[in-house]
Amino acid sequence: MPIISLPDGRQGWKQRETKKQLTLWFGWLLGVAAFVWCWNRISETTTWFFVWDAPRIAGDILGRATPPRWSYIDKLWWPIWDTINIATLGTIGALFMAVPVAFMAARNTTPSALFIRPIALLIIVATRSINSLIWALLLIAIIGPGVFAGVVAIAIRSIGFCAKLLYEAIEEIDQTQVEAISATGASRWQVMAYGIVPQVMPAFAGISVFRWDINIRESTVLGLVGAGGIGLQLSGSLNTLAWPQVSLILLVILLAVVISEWVSAKVRGAII
Amino acid sequence: MSAELADYVGRPWRKPPLIKRAWLRWALAIGAVVYLIAATASIDVNWARVYEGLDRGAAFIASFARPDFISRWGDIWDGMVESVVMTVASTVVGIAISIPIGLGAARNIAPLPVYMICRGIVAISRALQEIIVAILLVAIFGFGPLAGFLTLSFATIGFLSKLLAEDIESMDKSQAEAVRATGSRWWQWINYGVQPQVMPRLIGLSMYRLDINFRESAILGLVGAGGIGATLNTAFDRYEFDTAAAILLLIIGTVMALEYLSGVIRARVQ
Repeated sequence: MPIISLPDGRQGWKQRETKKQLTLWFGWLLGVAAFVWCWNRISETTTWFFVWDAPRIAGDILGRATPPRWSYIDKLWWPIWDTINIATLGTIGALFMAVPVAFMAARNTTPSALFIRPIALLIIVATRSINSLIWALLLIAIIGPGVFAGVVAIAIRSIGFCAKLLYEAIEEIDQTQVEAISATGASRWQVMAYGIVPQVMPAFAGISVFRWDINIRESTVLGLVGAGGIGLQLSGSLNTLAWPQVSLILLVILLAVVISEWVSAKVRGAII
Repeated sequence: MSAELADYVGRPWRKPPLIKRAWLRWALAIGAVVYLIAATASIDVNWARVYEGLDRGAAFIASFARPDFISRWGDIWDGMVESVVMTVASTVVGIAISIPIGLGAARNIAPLPVYMICRGIVAISRALQEIIVAILLVAIFGFGPLAGFLTLSFATIGFLSKLLAEDIESMDKSQAEAVRATGSRWWQWINYGVQPQVMPRLIGLSMYRLDINFRESAILGLVGAGGIGATLNTAFDRYEFDTAAAILLLIIGTVMALEYLSGVIRARVQ
C-alpha cells in the first residue's frame, strides 16, 4: 500500500509508490523526447511555405472538384465490376490457400509442431505484413499490369489474415467432439471432416465475409499502381488534374465501402 | 418408437447443411456459380505474358535468398528512419486526439449532440482509406513525410476512438458510480472511475495501431507521402529485385519485432 506521511503526522494515501511513480515519469520523459525528435525530423523535411499555403490550395481543389462530373459515371461501370471481381475472386483464392495453412499452424491439427508449424506461421506473418499495394507492385513487375495481378495480390495479402483468424478458431474448438469421432475409429481425414470442420465452419464463414469487406476497400486503390479496377480511373483523373472526375470516383468508392460494410455486417449477423 | 423416429431408422446419416432453408441454399449456390463464370470470363489473362514473367518471378523469389542490403543502403536507411519517424509521431498524435473523441463517442458518458459529432468523425475517418487521404494531403501539403504523418494520424483516430468508445460503453458502471458518489468533479470521475477500467485495453490497442501504422507507412511513399515506399517503388521499377527483397525483409522483420513487443506489453498490462 503506497502511503505517505503528511506534515501533521497523519498518514495519507497516494496512487503509486515513489519508485513506481519515478519510473513512470521517466518513461513519459523518454516517450516525449522520442516524439519531439520524430517531430523535428518531419519538420526539417517539410516545406513550411506549402503548409501555410494549404488552406488556399485545399479551397482551390474543393472549388475545382465540385460539382462532380456525373456524366462520367458511364465510364465507371466496367471498372466497378472489375473492382468487385478483384475483391471476390481474390478472397476466394485466399481462402483456398489459407485453409491448409491454418490447419498446419493450429497446435492441435499441425502434422509437425517442430517443422511445419513455424513455416506456416512464417507464411502468415510474411503475407500479412506486406500491404496489398506492394504485392500488386511486385506482381505487376512479374506478370504484367491488369486485373489478374490485382486478384493475385489480394489473394496473397489475405492469406495471412484469414489463416491467422482461422487457426485461432481451430485452436479453440471443443476437443471432446474430436475425441468422440476418433473413438469411432475414424481416420485422420474423417476426424477433420466430422470433428473439426463443423465446429470452425461459422468462424470460417464470418472470416471470409469480413475479409471480403476489407478487400473491397483495398481493391478500389489497387489501380493506382496499375492492377485494374476503379483505381486506374482515379489515377488517370488525378494525373490529368480532372478534379470533377476525381470527386465522382471518390464518392463511388465511399459508397462501395459503405455498402460492402453493410453487407458484411448483415451476413455476419445472420451467421453468428 | 415414434413414427418420426422410425422414419430415420435404417437411413444413412447425413451431415446437417450449413444453411437450413433449401431454397436459399440452392439460390446462393446457383448465384455463386453464375457469378464466378461471369467474373472469370471478364478477366482476360494474357497467359503468354504471365509465362514470360515466371522467370522474373523465380528471380525475385531467388533474390530473397541473397538480399542486397549494401548497394542502396543509404536510401534504405533514410526510408526506414522516415517510416519509423512517421509511425511514432502519428501514433502519438493520433492517440492524443482519439482519447477525447473516444470519450465523446461513448453514449454512456457523452450527451447526444457530442456523441453524434464524434461518431461522425469516426465514420468519416474509417470510410476513407489511408492511400486516398494521402493523395489528397500530398496535393494540399506537398510531398514529404508531413502528408504521411497527417494521413496516419487521421486513420488512427477512426480506429482508436471507435474501439475506445466501445470499451467505455461496456465498462463496469458500479465503479464509475462509486467515484461519482464521493462528489467528484467530471474530470475526477473520468480519471478515477473510467480511465483505470479502459487503460489496459487502450494500451493494447495503441500498440496494435503502432504496428498497423508502420505497415501502412510502407506504402504511403508510393504516392509521395514519405517513408520506405518510395525506395521500394524505385527498386521495383528498376527491377532491382535483390534490393526490393532486402526492403521487404526489413519490413517483415520490423513488423514481427513490433508484434512481439506489443504482445509482451499487452501481457504485462492485462
